[in-house]
Amino acid sequence: MDIVGKRVRVKAKGRIFEGIVMPSFTDCLVLKLDNGYNVGFKDYEILEVVEEKTISFPTPKLERREGLPSVKIISTGGTIASKVDYRTGAVTSQFTAEEIAGDVPELLDICNVDAMLLYNILSENMKPQNWIELAREVYSSIKKGYDGIIITHGTDTMHYTASALAFMLSTPVPVVLVGAQRSSDRPSSDAAMNLFCAAKTAISDLGEVVVVMHATTSDDYCYIHRGVKVRKCHTSRRDAFKSINFPPLGKVDYPSGEIAWFVEERFRRNERELELRDRLYDKVVLIKFFPGLKPDVLEYYYDKGYRGFVLEGTGLGHVATDWIDTIRRISEDSLVVMTSQCLWGRICDRVYDTGRYLLKAGVIEGEDMLPEVALVKVMWLLGNYDLEEAKKLVKVNLVGEITPTTKYE
Amino acid sequence: MIDYDAVGLKVGIEIHQQLDTKHKLFCNCPTVQRDVEESNFKFFRYLRLKRSEIGEEDRAAKEEVMRSRRFIYKAYDTTCLVEADEEPPRELNMEALKIAVQIAKMLNMEFVDEVHVMRKIVIDGSNTTGFQRTALIAFDGYIDVDGQRIGIATLCLEEEACRKIEDRGDVVVYSLDRLGIPLVEIGTYPDITTPEMAKKVAKKLGMILRSTGKVKRGLGTIRQDVNISIRDGARIEIKGVQDLDILDKIVEYEVIRQLNLLKIRDELRERKAEVVNEIFDVTDVFANTKSKVIAKAIKSGGRVKAILLRRFAGIVGREIQPGRRLGTEFADIAKTFGLGGIFHTDELPKYGISEEEVAKLKEKVGAGDEDAVVIAAGDDIRVERALRRIIERAEYCLIGVPEETRKANEDGTTSYLRPLPGAARMYPETDVPPVRITKELLDVEIPELIEDRAKRYVEKYGLSYDLAYEIADSEYYELFEEFAEKIAPTIVARVLHIIPAELRKEGYDVSVLEERHFRTALKLIADGKMAKEGAEEVLKVFCQNPNASVDEVLKTLSKAGDLDEFIAKIVEEKVDLIRERGEHAFKPLMGLVMKEFRGKVDGKVVAEKLMKAIKMKIAELS
Repeated sequence: MDIVGKRVRVKAKGRIFEGIVMPSFTDCLVLKLDNGYNVGFKDYEILEVVEEKTISFPTPKLERREGLPSVKIISTGGTIASKVDYRTGAVTSQFTAEEIAGDVPELLDICNVDAMLLYNILSENMKPQNWIELAREVYSSIKKGYDGIIITHGTDTMHYTASALAFMLSTPVPVVLVGAQRSSDRPSSDAAMNLFCAAKTAISDLGEVVVVMHATTSDDYCYIHRGVKVRKCHTSRRDAFKSINFPPLGKVDYPSGEIAWFVEERFRRNERELELRDRLYDKVVLIKFFPGLKPDVLEYYYDKGYRGFVLEGTGLGHVATDWIDTIRRISEDSLVVMTSQCLWGRICDRVYDTGRYLLKAGVIEGEDMLPEVALVKVMWLLGNYDLEEAKKLVKVNLVGEITPTTKYE
Repeated sequence: MIDYDAVGLKVGIEIHQQLDTKHKLFCNCPTVQRDVEESNFKFFRYLRLKRSEIGEEDRAAKEEVMRSRRFIYKAYDTTCLVEADEEPPRELNMEALKIAVQIAKMLNMEFVDEVHVMRKIVIDGSNTTGFQRTALIAFDGYIDVDGQRIGIATLCLEEEACRKIEDRGDVVVYSLDRLGIPLVEIGTYPDITTPEMAKKVAKKLGMILRSTGKVKRGLGTIRQDVNISIRDGARIEIKGVQDLDILDKIVEYEVIRQLNLLKIRDELRERKAEVVNEIFDVTDVFANTKSKVIAKAIKSGGRVKAILLRRFAGIVGREIQPGRRLGTEFADIAKTFGLGGIFHTDELPKYGISEEEVAKLKEKVGAGDEDAVVIAAGDDIRVERALRRIIERAEYCLIGVPEETRKANEDGTTSYLRPLPGAARMYPETDVPPVRITKELLDVEIPELIEDRAKRYVEKYGLSYDLAYEIADSEYYELFEEFAEKIAPTIVARVLHIIPAELRKEGYDVSVLEERHFRTALKLIADGKMAKEGAEEVLKVFCQNPNASVDEVLKTLSKAGDLDEFIAKIVEEKVDLIRERGEHAFKPLMGLVMKEFRGKVDGKVVAEKLMKAIKMKIAELS
C-alpha cells in the first residue's frame, strides 16, 4: 500500500510517533511530525494509518476589472513557477500561471490577467521547436488583442528564447520574458517583484521582446533588457541578467512601478505590424574555441549536415590558424559567423593576420552580437532566406541585435 | 505569594546555544562577530508569505507580511552570497552535527536515523531567506535537577538569525555576521512547576553545554525561550531571555499577567462588555491638537483613527504586570505595525490631548462614560491594520489569555511580539540533502561535566567549591590541571581567576589576556624564576602589551623589584619628612625617585608605588 501523504502512527526507537508520511529517496521512512519537522527512521513499524491527508491548493480566480489593459501570461515553467516536489524532494515546476497571479495579487491592480500553461519544463529542456510553438502562441494572443504578453520562463536559457522570439516575431506590443532566481515558494523569492515589474513593462509604450529581471541584489528595481542584448551572467544572483554591448532599455522602480527609459531608439507600441516568420533551421551549431581544439569538430558537424556555424572565438574573433583550411572548405555552402568569448566588445578580424586569413576563408564577423544571439539569428536566417541572402543579413542589424557604434555604458 | 501548584503552572524551557565551529552551518564563512562599522556592503529586501508545503498559511508569518517592512542587510568580507540568499546553501556542517550529537548524548536522548533540514518560516527579516534552516537531531532525553527528572523533548541543529541593528518601524536593519552560525535548540517538556526550578534547569543545561568546550561564550551566544502556561490560561512563548538571573522573575510575572487577564475577563463578562467592530476616522477631532505625536502624524499625511470598546472603561488602564497595563499590550501591537503606540481614554486627557478633545472624540464614536476608546495615529494603512488587530485582541479579553509569542524585557516583564506560530511553518529545505546518523557519528566521547570537575578539584586540590567551579567552568581548566601538579593549586587558581578579576576591577583590560599569557606567568613561578607575588605584575604588563616577550616581562619585574627597594629606602631615609607633611611628602619624594628611574619605569607606576609606600608609613607612624 502506498502510504505517502497519509497520516500514520509508527513505532520507532522504542517510541510511538504520529505524522504524515513524506516521500523518501533513501531506505528511511520520512515522517512529518506534528511539530513540523521531517525525520527519517530506518527501522520502524507502522501501527496504524490514521487518516488521509490530501494535498491540494486552492486556485484563486482571476477577476476582470473594467478599464485595465489586458495582459496574457504564458507559463513555460522554471524557477519562477517552481515549488517543492513531494516525490523527489527537489524543486520542480508545478504552478499554473493562475497560481502565479494568485501569489502576486498586486498584478490584478495593473492589468486584467489571462493565464495559460503552455509548458511545464525547466529551461534547459527547451528546444527550438518549443520556441516556434511559443512564438505562435504569442502571435495568436496579440492577434486576439492583448495589450501585452508576459512569458514566465526558466532563467538558464531565457536569453535564447528571447532572441528566438525577437527574430521570429514582429510585435506591436511588449513581449516580456520574466523569471526568478529564487523559487517562488520562498518568502524571499524574486518572482513576485520580477512579475510585478514585467506587468508594468507589458502595459508600457514598448513594442519589442524584452527580459525583465532584478537589476541589483536589492529589491529596488528591475531592468528592462533588450531580448537580443541580454545574457545570464551569474549562476545564482538575482541580478544575473546583464545587458551586454548595449544599455538596458529602461528600469521599473519597485514598489512604485514607475518606468524610466534609458534608450530612445527602441520599438514603441504599435510601431511595427504584427508578423510571424516562424521557420528555424536547426542544423546550426555554436562552437567555443579553446587552445588546442582541432578543426575536426567542424568536420564532424559538417558531415552530419550542419550548415550554420557560429564560432565563439578568442579576443577580437580568432581560432587557431590550423582551422583555416577546414573553414574555407565548409564555408562554400555554409554560413560561418565569428563571435567572441569576451562577450563584451566587437569582432574585428582585420587587426591580426589570423583574422584576415579567416575572413578570406569565408568567416563573417558577427559584429557585437552575443554568441547565443548569433546562433539563433543564423537558425532564423537559414530558415527563412537562401544562403547568399543570409550571409548578407547576418551582418545587418534587424531587431537591435547589432549596434552601429560601441559606446561606454 | 502565588501557589503555583494551585494555578497549575507548567513551564518548558528552550535553550539556544551557539556552537564554536570553524565555519557556519551552511557555508564556509567564519563564525565571527563583526563591528557594524566594518560592513563593506548593504542591500535591502522585502519578504512575502508563501504557502507552506501542506498549503496552510501560518498565522504568525501572515501577520509579519501584513506589516510589509523593508529589511536592510549589512554584509562583510566575512560573509558570502549564501547569507545574502544569493547562492544555494552548502551541505550541512559536519563539525556542528558532531557537537549536536555529543550534546544530545549528554542529555540521554535518542537519535533520528536520517536528519532532514527544514525551512522554518520566519518573515520578520531576521533571515534573508524568510526562513530559518533547522533540523531535528534527537528526542526524548532527560536531566536530573535537584532530584527531579526533567524531560528533554527535542534537540535541533539550526542556523542563527541575523543580528538586529536598528528598528525604525517600517525599516529594520540587520547584520549578516551572525546569520548562519550553528546553534543547538534544546527544548524541555513542560515538566517544570515553579519559577525557581525553571532557573535551575536553565542553569544546568547551560553547564552541560559548556562542558563540551565547543560552544560559544559571551553575551548573546546563549538565549533562553520560556513556554509558560497556567490552568485556564494559555501557552505563552517568551523569547530571548539573556539574563538567567531573571528567569524566575519572568515566570512569576507571566503568571501574574495571566491571572490578571483572567480577572479582567470575568469582570468584562459581568459588565457584558463588547468590542465594536468598526474603525472610526477621528482625524478632524485633532485638527488643532497640542499632542506633538498626533500633530506630527497628521502633518505628514497620516490619519487618526479610533476603536470603541463598550463597557471597558477603567480596564484598559488596569495594571496586568508591574508597570504594564492592558493598554500597553495594545500599544505593543501597534508598535509591531510600525506605529509609535496608542492612546486610550483611561489615561486621557494627557500627553497634550485636551479634555475637550477627549469629549469630542467620545462623542464622535458614540462612547459613554463606561466605554473606552483607543486611538492610533500615523500612516493610514498601518493605523487601519493595527487597529483591526487590536480589535481582535480586545475581543479576546472576553475569552481569556491569547496564545502569543512575547519578548522578554530587562525588568522581567514581557511585551507582545506576534501570535504563536503553528506547525505549518515548516517545509523541507530541498537544497540540502538529508544526512544519515551513522554509528561512527554516534561514537563520541562524553566529556566530564563542569560540576563533576569542580567536585574533583575540591577533593584533589583542596579548593573551595565556588572557586573550583569557577576554574572548572573557565576555558583554562586544562592549564589549571597542568600547573596544579607543579605548584600549589591555590596559587594557580589565583593566577587564573582571582588576579584577573582584581585587575578588571582596577580598570585593566583583561579581555586581551590569552592562554599563553597565563602560561608564561605560571611557568615563571614553576621554574622558580619569579616569586608567586610577581604574577600580578606579569599580567599587568601583558594587559598593557599583549605581545611583550618573556625577557621584557622579566626586565620590568626586575626594575620593579629595584624600584620597590629604592622606594623602601627613600621612605626610611625621609621618615621625618613624612611624619611632618603626611601625604604631602609625596611630591618631593617623587622627585627623588624619578631622578633615579626616569625613562626606566613608567612614572605612573612609580607614583602608584610611592603613594602606597607613604600611606603605609603614615599608618605605621600613627
